[in-house]
Amino acid sequence: MLAIQLAFKNISGAGFRTILNIAVLSFAFVVIIFYNGVLEGWNQQARRDTMEWEIGQGQLWVPGYDPLDYLSYQDAHGPIPETLKPQIAAGQLAPVLVAQASAFPQGRMQGVVLKGIDPGQKMLKIPTALLEGQEAEMPALVGKRMAQSIKVKEGDQLLLRWRDKNGAFDAREVTIAGIFDSNVPTIDGGQIWLPLERLQEMLGLPGEATLLVAGEGFTPFANAPWAFKDHDYLLADLDMIIQSKKGASGIVYGLLLVIALLAIFDTQVLSIFRRQKEIGTYIALGMTRWQVVRIFTVEGAAYSILAILLGAVYGAPLLWYLSKTGWAMPSASQDMGISIAEKIYPVFGAGLILATVLLVVLSATIVSFLPARKIAKLNPTDALKGKIQ
Amino acid sequence: MESIIQIDQLTKRFPAGTGQFTALKNISLEFRKGEFTGFVGPSGSGKTTLLNIIGSLDTPTEGEVTVLGHSIAQLSHKQSAQLRNRHLGFIFQTYNLFPVYTVYENVEFALLLQHMPAAERRKAVLDALEWVGLTDKIDSKPAQLSGGEGQRVAIARAMVKQPAIMLADEPTANLDSKNSHHILQTMKQLNEELNTTFLFATHDEKVMAYLTRIISLEDGRVVKDDVIMMDNVMED
Repeated sequence: MLAIQLAFKNISGAGFRTILNIAVLSFAFVVIIFYNGVLEGWNQQARRDTMEWEIGQGQLWVPGYDPLDYLSYQDAHGPIPETLKPQIAAGQLAPVLVAQASAFPQGRMQGVVLKGIDPGQKMLKIPTALLEGQEAEMPALVGKRMAQSIKVKEGDQLLLRWRDKNGAFDAREVTIAGIFDSNVPTIDGGQIWLPLERLQEMLGLPGEATLLVAGEGFTPFANAPWAFKDHDYLLADLDMIIQSKKGASGIVYGLLLVIALLAIFDTQVLSIFRRQKEIGTYIALGMTRWQVVRIFTVEGAAYSILAILLGAVYGAPLLWYLSKTGWAMPSASQDMGISIAEKIYPVFGAGLILATVLLVVLSATIVSFLPARKIAKLNPTDALKGKIQ
Repeated sequence: MESIIQIDQLTKRFPAGTGQFTALKNISLEFRKGEFTGFVGPSGSGKTTLLNIIGSLDTPTEGEVTVLGHSIAQLSHKQSAQLRNRHLGFIFQTYNLFPVYTVYENVEFALLLQHMPAAERRKAVLDALEWVGLTDKIDSKPAQLSGGEGQRVAIARAMVKQPAIMLADEPTANLDSKNSHHILQTMKQLNEELNTTFLFATHDEKVMAYLTRIISLEDGRVVKDDVIMMDNVMED
């Protein structure tokens, strides 16, 4: 208690040096929280968008289906199991049929993935309702990335060629009925969405699907004919990307923290050098050396506490504002192949703030303790004379 | 009168370059309660070293120093800190006040270490400041004080805990004649009223005029130990 009292008194008397240290450390504190908040916001947003647009509450895959192996698509289909049809009828499962094809935009050929989905489904946010009630014989939906890639707009015709179940080539023109805007590139890039029954008919696979997207209310059951893939499995790649981004960002905020801590370390070293007589006097008046070490260590920790308070003064409104208005991402980020919204809304949870507070206080305490240990080895008579180099 | 400090065959050496420098050689002395004694001698004669060892800020190389029954060489860091905190007061040439504390806080410091209750502490601090005539400066910072006032604060800080022994290292070296006498009279009064033992390291004639015992040191040895009567105190 005495150490805290004395430490606060000392740093309040240190004037500009204190202000500088606190300002640098508070900046690092706010930036660390901001960085982590953006990542957390992105993480939550990417997971939420992927669930809402692509994977629902999980998926049931036909045996042999591997979304990363295009060659598996030809055979990755099967009749929808009878045991699952009640759930489809109840709107708890939405069948999707996947096939490989070629598109011919502006006379060039481009490999695409055709995905058939029930236009009436409400499970995913893909605006499949646009596939219904169209005058066009074969309506199709594409995402904005795909539209940009093949240079099509709503109402344009696009020639598709595919192989049916017997391996025979067939071709047809589809009409772009709508272009949807989604943050999830894995339902967009290189993909064309068609009405399920039309695709089944094109492939000669009536009543068949590649996967079933599960919605609210679906409960996976044992011995299901198709393997159920849960969120942990389906979001593993996304989680890995988020983790690697966290690692990279950790370097940035680690550097910021090091700069701030160096300022404290430097101040403490300078203090111990400049305040030798004070240290000697503390000891002469009856303090043990370790009590003096404690004062200097608490002084460093107090810098971090004041920095956190200062950071709260300007950081709290700033971060609150950013969490409400969002942080616009550069347009190039849309082509990165991962779910990034045009705006990320940072999420500043209590856990994040508490962990950052602890990190800043703990590291400031450690860097203050390191030079302060020197005091324990001081000869008080040398300290009183100011002889220490 | 009871003996409170015994020094027996004290030798102190310091490392100097590749060899050693002997600061004190075979010193044997004894001090009784209530003495107003000074170590005098030229620079390098060992006055401050002797004071530091008595104050348990340093330890003997050889010999035995016993202060209030405690052998200085045998004390742990914690025990010597306790001895200084409870029983010893220090007054320095450069006052050594804490620059960021007020006068009140500087004086209060030693009592905070003793964990004295707040009300008792406040009374003791105000009494000490009244003693040295600085009650009107309690909220001032050391930088706002004159040299004489600074040293009076240092005396108040040393006496507030009513130590048995006061160790003053060149207390008047930075003061003018008038302030020196004022300080010395304050210390003398303290010595007489509370029976506090004062040990000075000095080569100031003004201080010597107040001493009741003068121990002359030269090259780390005691060359003279004179007991003087009190009727020769100088008035400015």
